[in-house]
Amino acid sequence: MKQWLVVRPPQVPISFHLDRRVPSILLCLILATLVAMVLSVGQGEYPVPPLDVIKTALGLETNNPDFDFIVMTLRLPRTLVAWGVGMGLAIAGTITQGITRNPLASPGIIGVNAGASLAAVTLIVLYPDLPIALIPWAAFGGALTVAVLIYLLAWQGGSSPVRLILVGVGCSLIAGSLTNLMVTFGNIYNVSQALVWLAGSVYGRSWEQLTVFLPWLSGFGLLSLLMSRELNALQLGDEVARSLGSRLELQRSLLLLSSVALAGSSVATAGSIGFVGLMAPHLGRQLVGPSHEGLLPVAALTGGFVVVVADLLGRLLFAPIELPCGIITAIVGAPYFLYVLIRDRNS
Amino acid sequence: MSTVPVRRQLLQPPVPLGLGLILGLGLLLICFMASVGLGVADINPKTVYLALTAFDGSTDQLIIRTVRMPRSITALLVGSAVAVAGAIMQGLTRNPLADPGILGINAGAALAVVGSVFWLGSTSLKVYAGFALLGAAIAAITVYALGSLGQGGLTPLNLTIAGAAFQALVSSLTTGILILSQQTLEEIRFWLAGSVAGRDLDLVVQVLPYLAVGMVMALLMGKQLTTLSLGEDIAQGLGQKTAWVKIAAAVSIILLAGGSVAISGPIGFVGLIVPHIVRFWVGVDYRWILPYAAIVGAILLLIADIGARLVIQPQELPVGLVMPLLGAPFFIYLTRWQVRR
Repeated sequence: MKQWLVVRPPQVPISFHLDRRVPSILLCLILATLVAMVLSVGQGEYPVPPLDVIKTALGLETNNPDFDFIVMTLRLPRTLVAWGVGMGLAIAGTITQGITRNPLASPGIIGVNAGASLAAVTLIVLYPDLPIALIPWAAFGGALTVAVLIYLLAWQGGSSPVRLILVGVGCSLIAGSLTNLMVTFGNIYNVSQALVWLAGSVYGRSWEQLTVFLPWLSGFGLLSLLMSRELNALQLGDEVARSLGSRLELQRSLLLLSSVALAGSSVATAGSIGFVGLMAPHLGRQLVGPSHEGLLPVAALTGGFVVVVADLLGRLLFAPIELPCGIITAIVGAPYFLYVLIRDRNS
Repeated sequence: MSTVPVRRQLLQPPVPLGLGLILGLGLLLICFMASVGLGVADINPKTVYLALTAFDGSTDQLIIRTVRMPRSITALLVGSAVAVAGAIMQGLTRNPLADPGILGINAGAALAVVGSVFWLGSTSLKVYAGFALLGAAIAAITVYALGSLGQGGLTPLNLTIAGAAFQALVSSLTTGILILSQQTLEEIRFWLAGSVAGRDLDLVVQVLPYLAVGMVMALLMGKQLTTLSLGEDIAQGLGQKTAWVKIAAAVSIILLAGGSVAISGPIGFVGLIVPHIVRFWVGVDYRWILPYAAIVGAILLLIADIGARLVIQPQELPVGLVMPLLGAPFFIYLTRWQVRR
């Protein structure tokens, strides 16, 4: 059997070179995510049976008028935000690991989390009177500022992955210790709030946040997918990529831009949910191998699935206290991640 | 896998490395004296000297013997231990992002301490130290075990990934506890920031043997580590029993990093940054990197601790938070000029 599928429509000038496993795995992931979403929407203080969840979401009549409000206004947007954020972080993580050629790289490396956290925590701890609606914008601004700063500081007649990583580490450390200063000395009540944001949560997210976030996700997600061949080349090393005809600096900055935009908008929407950006690419690679045409969508769906499940568990585990899903992503994700690592030792 | 920044590996360094080491020791001594003398009460070097040789019980001498000396010694020990542990870690994993934290040491220590505050209500630095050491050791051993279960055994990639995953898991649990219990957060947030202030000399003396053994092991391992940092295949080809070197390196890291987190709480930055700074000067030979890292790490922590005392007198900041603010700009500057590739 052939190992590769080639998608090359005659009308459009693009071509994709996919691992044969990709379509079936994508299908499985989508189904799993749908099941998780239905369960997640049904779960809560006022339970809704799974069948009614599906009916309500599709706009069909159910015999309980409350369901419409609960599902469509309260729970569905929240779950969709969780899914989108997970995808955004996963794509951003895959790109960062590809560009830096470092398996430890996550969107955090380009300073997105550190910048967003600093801005948001400053707002929460130092200016608790300002409206909460400002936090996402501040976070996005912070993320963008720090990311641009890192890129400029690492620019020295050209960019370089190693310099990018090291400057990124330096900048993130500065922003991180400023954040920690506020966590250490701030008013304890505000600090508690800040910790929830820092852990990442989709609590109380509505359609409004989803509509702001969606254009970023779809636009830059698509751009990343179109550039996946370039990402494959970049991963072979600067020299090889250049000799394969890559316009190195242009492609690298475009990819970085989409990574920053995706991670930045995700973090702005739901706080700094950790680990998804680091883990999803590795899981994706275990599933379909390192070629980015297949890896990007698979990693994205994996990330989305993980965050949806994490949000569900975060509400169930200590009910009625709700744990932020960013904590659960690691608690659930890490053991699975380690299991995958161990399972494949004999292959 | 990324390569480590290298510049002068084939060129002659401006100052011969042996001489540089002696100069570094001199600088370290100056920093140490400054750290003992400077503070809210400025004390001149002569009094410092007399306090050690001819103690007369005056206030200044009392401050030196009971507050400043323990504090400076703590900073010195922790700085050098963490820096050396970081250097070994980067050599072992061949990853410039690795630091002792990657073995889950700081995260494990933090979880153990936060857990002890949450469930047992412990409040003293000594109890923290015990739990921190325990947590650090369990974490490091777990990460090592998990890493060696992966495909191909204990490869740098497996170790790094297992460490990162474990660390994320453990620090999430810590954050979870802190979110559930505001009281624990209030109690422990200062310890979590990392500080060398108010450490008892007793505590330091208790941990000292761990640090000493770890340091000696590390310094003896320079040659093997250099070989191993060329890559596992090459090291094996040169006749090295890599498994033993890795185990020895792990023991040394656990002793050094675990001992330091027990004394001072989790102090990041030094372990990550110092090996890079040192490499800019001495190249890739761990026989030189390790002693230089020990000296530079100690100097950096001493200076940062002086800064932590002086920035907003008479208040103090935890040195774990001040250090990145002072050190990171310098590090970025070095990176800009030294990393050519």
